Amino acid sequence: MTTFLRDTATVFTREFRPSLRNPAGLLFEMGQPLLFLFLFGSLLDGAVGSSWQWFVPGILVMMCLTGPMSAGYTLLVELIGGAMERLLVTPLNRTAMLVGKSAKAMLTLLVQAVLIIALAIPLGFELHAAGVVAGLAQLVLFGVGLGAFSFVLAIKSAPGGTLFYIVSQSIVFPLLLLSGVLLPLESAPGWLRAAGQLNPITYIVDAQRALFAGDLTSPSVLYGTAAACAVAAAGLYLGNRALRQGV
Amino acid sequence: MIHARGLTRVFTMKKEAVEAVRGIDLDVEAGQLVAFLGPNGAGKSTTLRMLTTLLPPTSGTATVAGHDVARDPAAVRSRIGYVGQRNSAGEEFHVRDELVTQGRCYGLRRKEAAARADELLDLLDLAPLAGRVPGTLSGGQRRRLDIALGLIHRPDLLFLDEPSTGLDPKSRAEIWEHILRLRATYGTTLFLTTHYLEEADNMAERVVIIDGGRIIADGTAEQLKNDLAGDHIVITTATEREAARAAEIGGGSADGVTVRLRVAGATATLPDYLRGLDAAGIKVKTAETIRPTLDDVFLTLTGRSLTDDDIPA
Repeated sequence: MTTFLRDTATVFTREFRPSLRNPAGLLFEMGQPLLFLFLFGSLLDGAVGSSWQWFVPGILVMMCLTGPMSAGYTLLVELIGGAMERLLVTPLNRTAMLVGKSAKAMLTLLVQAVLIIALAIPLGFELHAAGVVAGLAQLVLFGVGLGAFSFVLAIKSAPGGTLFYIVSQSIVFPLLLLSGVLLPLESAPGWLRAAGQLNPITYIVDAQRALFAGDLTSPSVLYGTAAACAVAAAGLYLGNRALRQGV
Repeated sequence: MIHARGLTRVFTMKKEAVEAVRGIDLDVEAGQLVAFLGPNGAGKSTTLRMLTTLLPPTSGTATVAGHDVARDPAAVRSRIGYVGQRNSAGEEFHVRDELVTQGRCYGLRRKEAAARADELLDLLDLAPLAGRVPGTLSGGQRRRLDIALGLIHRPDLLFLDEPSTGLDPKSRAEIWEHILRLRATYGTTLFLTTHYLEEADNMAERVVIIDGGRIIADGTAEQLKNDLAGDHIVITTATEREAARAAEIGGGSADGVTVRLRVAGATATLPDYLRGLDAAGIKVKTAETIRPTLDDVFLTLTGRSLTDDDIPA
């Protein structure tokens, strides 16, 4: 376990140091969703009454999808170069490698979340601290799993990389639409709602909205946590397997 | 240091099984410098990737640095260094940062890793580049950085996959200087692939030739050349009739006015041969001795030249 934590820290430190050396890029990345919040949120504000409670967890889930995808992209670049191969010949724990690489995206997500929540409070967002903490923990777990999936995709698309671009470009938007993160699925036709039920993100979104509303005992929290755990377990399992099979 | 038995790797490409490596047996003792030679696609890199735990063997076993690559890959990894064909350092990272990270990957404490990074920056003449990113380095500098990354944990066994490919002659000579110094100082066992024949010939004390996934020759460069190719004397005469007689005297073959004979020790044999021809009244116009190259060895073994990159599938 200590090896696992040390190795995760090693990989995370490696990924994070270039950002520290170039803080302007980091600030821009972390501040980006604020723009999103103001433009999109203000539009929505007029349309759906007290939308902030509903909208903030949605943005966080959306950001939780993009971070791991870009982590997968950096892995692809290192696979095409020789850096990944070099790291794989070291005794570095493989799961730690996957988690550490996602960790930078997750830290960014947490900073973004704090910023968004802080700015949404004066706009009418009601803070339920325990729910928010639980919600963010769930998102981090989910994001680590997504990151692992994105790494598997990168490994399978190396050395060309085309598969990675095609899949990552085409999968995110349908998954988002099918999760009810942008628009509620309640008003959708039956087949669309059925498709939404197969999408793990749907459960995460529901759970996040319940948690951000302070409803910690809602059954959707349980389903969402189960979905996050399943995605993390499956992603890390597949990621380990892909690394073992040779890259 | 390396003991492989029946090492085999089959790739499935478009539903067809392709045997990249077909049952390799190999033993390398500690302290040896082995050059692994073969044309593109012969299975060099695949073998190396199996020995370094990057690729699981389809069948067969390999014990590297005392541990089985399939059963205990982590133990193998902590004892070997690897310099791959491509560049080892990530593009976004400072040279020194990558070295420190590499040390941490091998479990060195932060301070140890930093000290070791500085030591290697000095050893490989990279100190002035510590704060640069790899993209700003020259080909030779990048290669030295790759080697530094492979050495961070002072491995007893270092694998190098085409360490000097794509470099200008000066950088190649520098890389070799570093490799040989490493060996002289620390007695590191070196196992490297190359397709520069003269490198294998001059630097390695043992040459292993692989073709079509099988080892087809194994020995010192000298042995291989003497046993499989041999020295030649080539002379030309004024007339074809004389050439035929000269071939008869020397026990060689004539082609027009050119006579070619295979002998042991061409430089020692040539004067005697010429005196003999003189006594027989044959006028020799030109004479030369030809030392075989490893390419001649490969040609004898396979009927192809190693320098031809096109390999029949």
